[in-house]
Amino acid sequence: MHRAEPASRPAFLIERDEMAAILEMRGITKTFPGVNALDNVNLTVEAGEIHALVGENGAGKSTLMKVLSGVYPYGTYSGDIVFEGEERRFKGIADSEKLGIIIIHQELALVPLLSIAENIFLGNEQASYGVIDWSRAFARTKELLERVGLKESPDTLVTNLGVGKQQLVEIAKALSKRVKLLILDEPTASLNEKDSDALLELLLQFKAQGISSILISHKLNEISKVADSITVLRDGSTVETLDCRGEAVSEDRIIRGMVGRAMEDRYPKRESHVGDPIFAVENWNAYHPIHADRHMVKDINLHIRKGEIVGIAGLMGAGRTEFAMSLFGRTYGQNIRGRVLLHGREIDVSTVSRAVANGIAYVTEDRKTYGLVLDETIVKNVTLAHLGGVSSNAVIDEMRELAVANDYRNKLRIRSANVYQQVVNLSGGNQQKVVLSKWLFASPEILILDEPTRGIDVGAKYEIYTIINSLADAGKGVLLISSEMPELLGMCDRIYVMNEGALIGEFAAAEASQEKIMHSIVKSGRR
Amino acid sequence: MDTGVSSDIRVEKRESYGSFLKTHFRDYGMLVSLLVIMAFFQVMTGGTLLKPLNLTNLVLQNSYIVIMALGMLLVIVSGHIDLSVGSIVGFIGGLAAVLMVKFDIHFVPTIIICLLVGALIGAVQGYWVAFLKVPSFIVTLAGMLVFKGLQLSLLGGQSVGPFPVTFQRLSSGFIPDVGVIDTINLTSLTLGVVTTAALIYFSYRTRLNQQKHAVETAPFGFFVFKNALLAVLLIGFSYLLSTYRGLPNVLVIMFALVALYAFVTNRTTIGRRIYALGGNEKAAKLSGIKTERLTFLTFVNMGVLAALAGLIFAARLNTATPKAGLGFELDVIAACFIGGASAYGGVGKVTGAVIGAFVMGVMNNGMSILGIGIDYQQVIKGLVLLAAVTLDVYNKKK
Repeated sequence: MHRAEPASRPAFLIERDEMAAILEMRGITKTFPGVNALDNVNLTVEAGEIHALVGENGAGKSTLMKVLSGVYPYGTYSGDIVFEGEERRFKGIADSEKLGIIIIHQELALVPLLSIAENIFLGNEQASYGVIDWSRAFARTKELLERVGLKESPDTLVTNLGVGKQQLVEIAKALSKRVKLLILDEPTASLNEKDSDALLELLLQFKAQGISSILISHKLNEISKVADSITVLRDGSTVETLDCRGEAVSEDRIIRGMVGRAMEDRYPKRESHVGDPIFAVENWNAYHPIHADRHMVKDINLHIRKGEIVGIAGLMGAGRTEFAMSLFGRTYGQNIRGRVLLHGREIDVSTVSRAVANGIAYVTEDRKTYGLVLDETIVKNVTLAHLGGVSSNAVIDEMRELAVANDYRNKLRIRSANVYQQVVNLSGGNQQKVVLSKWLFASPEILILDEPTRGIDVGAKYEIYTIINSLADAGKGVLLISSEMPELLGMCDRIYVMNEGALIGEFAAAEASQEKIMHSIVKSGRR
Repeated sequence: MDTGVSSDIRVEKRESYGSFLKTHFRDYGMLVSLLVIMAFFQVMTGGTLLKPLNLTNLVLQNSYIVIMALGMLLVIVSGHIDLSVGSIVGFIGGLAAVLMVKFDIHFVPTIIICLLVGALIGAVQGYWVAFLKVPSFIVTLAGMLVFKGLQLSLLGGQSVGPFPVTFQRLSSGFIPDVGVIDTINLTSLTLGVVTTAALIYFSYRTRLNQQKHAVETAPFGFFVFKNALLAVLLIGFSYLLSTYRGLPNVLVIMFALVALYAFVTNRTTIGRRIYALGGNEKAAKLSGIKTERLTFLTFVNMGVLAALAGLIFAARLNTATPKAGLGFELDVIAACFIGGASAYGGVGKVTGAVIGAFVMGVMNNGMSILGIGIDYQQVIKGLVLLAAVTLDVYNKKK
């Protein structure tokens, strides 16, 4: 373990004399009105290493990368950036890209209706005198796609690619710019396990070719797989830099650095009191909204007991979200068939308002697009799904509404100045709490939670888990969809496994394990 | 993303005057601009602007724009636009004229028929926008052409009039006077004072209620100033009007509608849902809001208000002309945007739209008195619209 000292080369560098730093950021301080986003941060990346950057949301990772790439130009921060042995003063992204520092953002910056080739050379067209040489562009695109292992034609439209492949196109684009330092911001956040592994494998290949990378990720297991060293940021300062080349660094060790304390348990303890079945879905089927012949959800049968947390495991694209949304007011798909029973009586879930009225709530996996009205205040978001609860004769009682919002703000510990703050200004974890508040206020009996902790830092995750547990304790049924298997194993009483639109397995919490779940998925895929 | 700014939570202890004005700049900025513009023209026209006769005219000239701006605001907040309202005004005016003048139908059934036809027009356009998902810009552009054409065909290219006197009163009538004093219309003045008192009472009650629930409120001095200003403006306004012929009928209709729509947008569930729809349609839908039906209803509402505006405009001219309604949609849409509505939907206030309409109206009126040609009037109006929205965008960036 080494601790980087400000403005001096860390001791271990001198020991490993064959290595040279490609990048040194020294004493970087960046302030926004009212906050110190970065406070004397140091980061040293060796040539040809994979350097992981971890920290909770708001720790300053993205700000640091924006300083590095010139989004925040020289003069708006203090401290030095030394790249390839020279001090650099970037005025904009163009300056840093010219030197081979390429950043790939979490939200991909591809133009969906342009082809792969057009995207790769966007702004860098293979042209002479403004006339594009398409054959050269296509030939180079082919080369680049080969390097990243993407088997697609260069003229395929990006919109027709999955997220994993789009990520590869972004990387190919970076390669086209002769990248020396590749920065990936949460590259695997929306990838399934297979694509994630492929991506990490690619990073290792690049490393062999001498390309250095900085990997920002919340997924600590991936980091321990590929990283050579790990820098931990907390509250805008460097906590420590861990060296992984010798002995492996445990996940708990990293978490301790991130949160500043040991996380005894990542999942709050719960004594489950599971009662009788209250909710059942029978023979549920749904087809693709555009391609009517694609059977997306196949004959689902499941049940939830009172006070039970039931998980649905599966790979990305297994049809879990499609199932949940087709169930919730038919917001996905067509030709939907099947029965939904609550307390043994069939209920109508054919529209969202009927589903809500009948006691179902669905917390979406994409809170910004489907969960929140971002420019509105916390108050107005909290009551949106159940305005009837704060109004009489269609007239809203603003004071009652305020009381409701304040109540949830306290109960769920939403961190904000007050409930009149716009939700767009809240952090991911707090936004998710607003979405949860909205659905809790609709007082459902069954909550379907779709990836409730995606993109949320470790501390906030724990709080969300606590909320989920308290819901189960209150006798509600919870259906938890998650791509993080440890989360399912840590939270659920029972886990269904879904693959290719069908339920292919069911495990009680005691007998479930990551291996068993993966095994059943792999087995069903071979059929 | 964790830029670090998100964790920046400004805890405001006690609202000071400066910070209050800063955060509520948008709310009062437009009102102040309107007053400045009025003062400017009052001086430039040598006091003509606020003469009772001109003030009455100002109200009559702008009533139909204000009424349509109420509907347009809802359409814009829901994330759409309606380009057809000018043509609907002309078409409904023509329809009313044909019914009353050619077929000799009484004005009451005529009004009812016209409002229903307006609703029907709105419903057809709303159906196309909400359920068939054709962009509102296209649907109402088509509607603009269709109803302009129908207006011309209905009138046969000629003006049709005059109307029965009872119908004309819709626009040119004044509320009756009890007539104790010769020089002053006492009913009008009383009505003005009573309305003012009621408004102040309600805002005081809201303030007390907010304080009871520990909601941040405007500084007390500011509250007093705001209400005093309101009282001076309203009572002064009604006094000036009562020295002429009193409150026009149209003003009463307009005021009632403004109050109704302000209430609907601020306090009712349907109003709240329209804002949510415009702010994030997908999230609104997944919260159980029937987004299609709501969009449909905003267009129906717009159709009815456009029809009402058409009747008022026809009654004011006492004839239906083939040119009636030409370009009205531009004034109405401009009023909403000057008043702070967002072109992306989800943002906008009724009071803002009304103030925006009067900014346009006062400028029209003032520039006409000054003898500025129609050519430069348009240039200036265009620049004012651009400036107001630019200021908005700039403010939001900060």
